[in-house]
Amino acid sequence: MIEVKKLVKRFGMKTVLRGVDFDVQPGEFVALLGPNGAGKTTFLRILASLSRPSLGEIRVAGYRLPSEAAAVRARLGVVSHLPLLYGDLTAEENLRFFARMYGITNYELRITEVLEMVGLSARRHDLVRTFSRGMQQRLAIGRAVLHDPDVMLFDEPYTGLDQDASSMLDDVLRSVAAQGRTVVMTSHDLVRAEDLATRFDILSRGVIAASVTRKGLSRSNLLSFYKQALAN
Amino acid sequence: MDSRPLTVSSTTVRRPSSTVGFVRAVGAVAWKDLTAEYRSRELFSSMLVFSLLVILIFNFALELDIKTRQSVTSGVLWVTFAFAGTLGLNRSMAVEKDRGCLDGLLLAPVDRAAIYFGKVISNLAFMLIVEIVILPVYSFLYSVNLFNPGLLMVILLGSIGYIAVGTLLASMAVQTRTRDVLLPILLFPVAIPVLIAAVKASGGYLNGDEFSMILPWINLLIVYDIIFVAIAFMVFDYVVEE
Repeated sequence: MIEVKKLVKRFGMKTVLRGVDFDVQPGEFVALLGPNGAGKTTFLRILASLSRPSLGEIRVAGYRLPSEAAAVRARLGVVSHLPLLYGDLTAEENLRFFARMYGITNYELRITEVLEMVGLSARRHDLVRTFSRGMQQRLAIGRAVLHDPDVMLFDEPYTGLDQDASSMLDDVLRSVAAQGRTVVMTSHDLVRAEDLATRFDILSRGVIAASVTRKGLSRSNLLSFYKQALAN
Repeated sequence: MDSRPLTVSSTTVRRPSSTVGFVRAVGAVAWKDLTAEYRSRELFSSMLVFSLLVILIFNFALELDIKTRQSVTSGVLWVTFAFAGTLGLNRSMAVEKDRGCLDGLLLAPVDRAAIYFGKVISNLAFMLIVEIVILPVYSFLYSVNLFNPGLLMVILLGSIGYIAVGTLLASMAVQTRTRDVLLPILLFPVAIPVLIAAVKASGGYLNGDEFSMILPWINLLIVYDIIFVAIAFMVFDYVVEE
């Protein structure tokens, strides 16, 4: 579903990604872990077609980036630590706006489905700026799944959430992944990542330094694997 | 929490890049901006208050007889419109950047020029609404009749040119840390041709000049509008991508 070969990204003289190779099979949930500055967000922004690669080959859902970016974006849902929502519009108006941007017809029914899924039906007519951080993040996930994407990218989705909001987000993430979507998530929360993902890749110094599946991790825990990968 | 499947039939999601999709995206962006502004009135009120203050300050600062008033009107009007327009452009793009909304727009599977045209329509609407309020106030304060169809056409053409180039440059400036100060520094030098042509054409109508004397300035405004809309259509994708 996602194929990345020898991906390099430079900002001026600074090289952030130094030849990343990355493959994700359909239905996999990959947690992309790594220290601050490792290039996780940059990598996700390139997969989301928000940033142009300096070198390398990328295919998402069978389409090349950046040449077929619009086709990739139609199959992609992105959630970041920012809500990507308009505070002066209601929850329903935000979803209606994005439904029109994604070319969804008969969107009223779909909006109702999505609001039920993220548990915000009762607040559909409230302005987003009156929402708590957790509610905004749930609505952000609703926005990202509105067009039923094949691939979901989550960039630090737990940033700024309290324990209750994080648990609620866990449920939403599980329900998103349970429908066979391919998911790539960056996170610093190793406990949550271990609970949700089926594969764990460590991005360090601009390359994938280590990778392990949930089955392969059975003899140790994720924290020790992570520390060992960074030490090497 | 409901965990029903999120399946939508494939017929409900249309393929991108169609003309209908482009027009729909332009309309969606403009509708979103106008709805949000109708609710908050942040942008409109700041532009309007600023414009009223500028014409009031000029009114008190310049002790003017009727003849002099007519000669400075076009300059005062366009200084007011240009500064108020810059305020509006800055705020309009800052709203997109604050909550990461610009990324949300750029993730949509549409030609990104649609986002530009949607923003142009909403920014132009804000500027025209401010102008509609300012013109009668100015007429009252300065005792100058501004309700001349030719002058109104020049104001429309000048506003289109200013917003066309301003929206493009605001999209560039918003990516930087110094976005508030960077936009006027980028915009005013590039907008000089449209401002000069608008001031000259407006002055011509106010002084009752022959149409043949005003026509070259109107032609310059039309050419400027076409060129900058075309340039923005071609380069907007590169301007907003990292």
